[in-house]
Amino acid sequence: MTAAPGPNPSPEPPTGASPEPSSGASARGDGPPLVRLTGVGKNYGSVIALRGVSLEARAGEVTCVLGDNGAGKSTLIKIVAGLHRHDSGTYEVAGEPVSFASPRDALDRGIATVYQDLAVVPLMPIWRNFFLGSEKRRSLGRLDVGHMRRTTRRELAEMGIDLRDVDQPIGTLSGGERQCVAIARAVHFGARALVLDEPTAALGVKQAGVVLRYIVQARERGLAVVFITHNPHHAYPVGDRFLILKRGRGIGHHSKSDITRDELTALMAGGAELEELAHELKAASAGGAGAAAARELTRQAKDLGITGKP
Amino acid sequence: MGHAVAQPPRPPEPAPSPADDERLARRSPVRRLLGRPELGALLGAVAVFAFFSVAADAFLQASSFSTVLYASSTFGIMAVGVSLLMIGGEFDLSAGVLVTTSALIAALVSYQLTLNVWAGVVVSLVLTLLLGMVNGLLYVNTGLPSFVVTLATFFMLAGANLGVTKAVTGNVATDSVRDMDGFDSARAVFASDVDLAGVNVNVTVFWWLLLVAAATWLLLRTRTGNWIFAVGGAAASARAVGVPVARTRIGLFMGVAFCAWLSGMHLVFAFATVQSGEGVGNEFFFIICAVIGGCLLTGGYGSAIGAAIGAFIFGMTNKGIVYAEWNPDWFKFFLGAMLLIATVVNLIVRRRVERAP
Repeated sequence: MTAAPGPNPSPEPPTGASPEPSSGASARGDGPPLVRLTGVGKNYGSVIALRGVSLEARAGEVTCVLGDNGAGKSTLIKIVAGLHRHDSGTYEVAGEPVSFASPRDALDRGIATVYQDLAVVPLMPIWRNFFLGSEKRRSLGRLDVGHMRRTTRRELAEMGIDLRDVDQPIGTLSGGERQCVAIARAVHFGARALVLDEPTAALGVKQAGVVLRYIVQARERGLAVVFITHNPHHAYPVGDRFLILKRGRGIGHHSKSDITRDELTALMAGGAELEELAHELKAASAGGAGAAAARELTRQAKDLGITGKP
Repeated sequence: MGHAVAQPPRPPEPAPSPADDERLARRSPVRRLLGRPELGALLGAVAVFAFFSVAADAFLQASSFSTVLYASSTFGIMAVGVSLLMIGGEFDLSAGVLVTTSALIAALVSYQLTLNVWAGVVVSLVLTLLLGMVNGLLYVNTGLPSFVVTLATFFMLAGANLGVTKAVTGNVATDSVRDMDGFDSARAVFASDVDLAGVNVNVTVFWWLLLVAAATWLLLRTRTGNWIFAVGGAAASARAVGVPVARTRIGLFMGVAFCAWLSGMHLVFAFATVQSGEGVGNEFFFIICAVIGGCLLTGGYGSAIGAAIGAFIFGMTNKGIVYAEWNPDWFKFFLGAMLLIATVVNLIVRRRVERAP
């Protein structure tokens, strides 16, 4: 840990008046995890979106939540972020049970969430987006525009986005850059836990790489990162623990040492689905290329060692 | 210190970015100017001014200018509140009749209870703000479009204006408050005029300019302004980063109510009696001012200065047609045409701004 902020291009302290992130170490190692869900369930009317799901996120680790569409990833993240309350189970932050009424409550506890589609306000300038909801003010409620512009530029420069004009609408940035701005914002405002909702889903390979790199950076800064994705190829390289969701239940909890990427992929896709897909392909096109594709799929499923298993 | 915890040492300056190809093209100063919300309105104002200067001989006289200014200010005051609301992503169709309601409250309370008119002014302020809050609360709590909510309150207020006035006075207008205590001082504040360099300027012009300046400061230099843009631009994103979306929206409806109160007080003290049927239809003029001034109907973009220019265009067209001695029946045709042009310009601007690299 470097106690000094290091050489700084600007004379002022890097965090300004933003809340101090806790000293990272408090929740690292033996203490209770920063975020712990135990047997959490959520219903929307008669629809059971989530049941009995447990999740742990420790400081300095990336916890990946994987699942197909409709697996309950979004519901889980909304509970963690404070957008929804859970119906059953417990939610603890650093060992303390909580029930958030709004995202503000979660933010005040140091849990920042970056949504795939809710990250930014496209028509607003980058620096206004960066400070939105945590504006820095001087006397009489005036915004400290100079400080916010400088801070935004510096924070983004640190992650390799070099902007000469922080006044341009954030909608003019690429998708990966927008995600990075949202992540940098959360880190700057003292987030201890960072929840990322499909940050790489809509991105090309190169841009997804930029975001993944930043996830690793956040982990190195001592944050607890919860990374939601449906792409095991994005999750595996950066993840320390993996939770696989399916139809609202957790179907696997693994640390990186006891699972390979192929096994993760297999768990994600599920052998049954692959077989079903092969069957559909076969049925749709009797013989010819369709049958060949189906055979290929079956062979792959066998290679992954998942045929027949749930 | 803060986020530097556990951060590996870094070079002080950002390393030469390896990601140049991922970055957007720089915006030239010209393009940035084109991105200003007021630009279209300013060009429009110059064009309309030039047009009527040529078409109407009387247009350039000082007395005409004061008439144009006065007309612009009466609509401009409301356009301030309406434009802020529109930047916040909402409409208020009850704004026109709310002005009349506010004026009626002040006149009826003062006259019927035989109070100093200032008492009526204060009661009117409180009740009008409450009505604005009701609009806001209805919108926030029902989740219905603000168009529908305020359409409902528009009809309710229009009916109540007429019904209450008739029930209390037996007439469609209020009794004159000209002889009541405090009328002269209230008139000085809300409806007096002064001569400036040969131009007769109504006090409403000063109120208007003051409101525009205050709104511009609010929008660009305060946290509230940031929230207004965010709520109008992407309410869900704003909520996710902790912006109090509902509170901001209710405040915006109350801002419209405040402007309605100011306009209503002008009505009371300029004419001493208030016609209960007035104000219907004016809400669209306020919206037109805001839209011509560059506010996006979908919210998240616009400016109070633009709305002021929009109101000025409105005033020039309104009076210019008279000075040009045209059939004033055509006024609304021109208004509609301008609205169409303004929205098309806005559309082009927004596409330019939103375009991804």
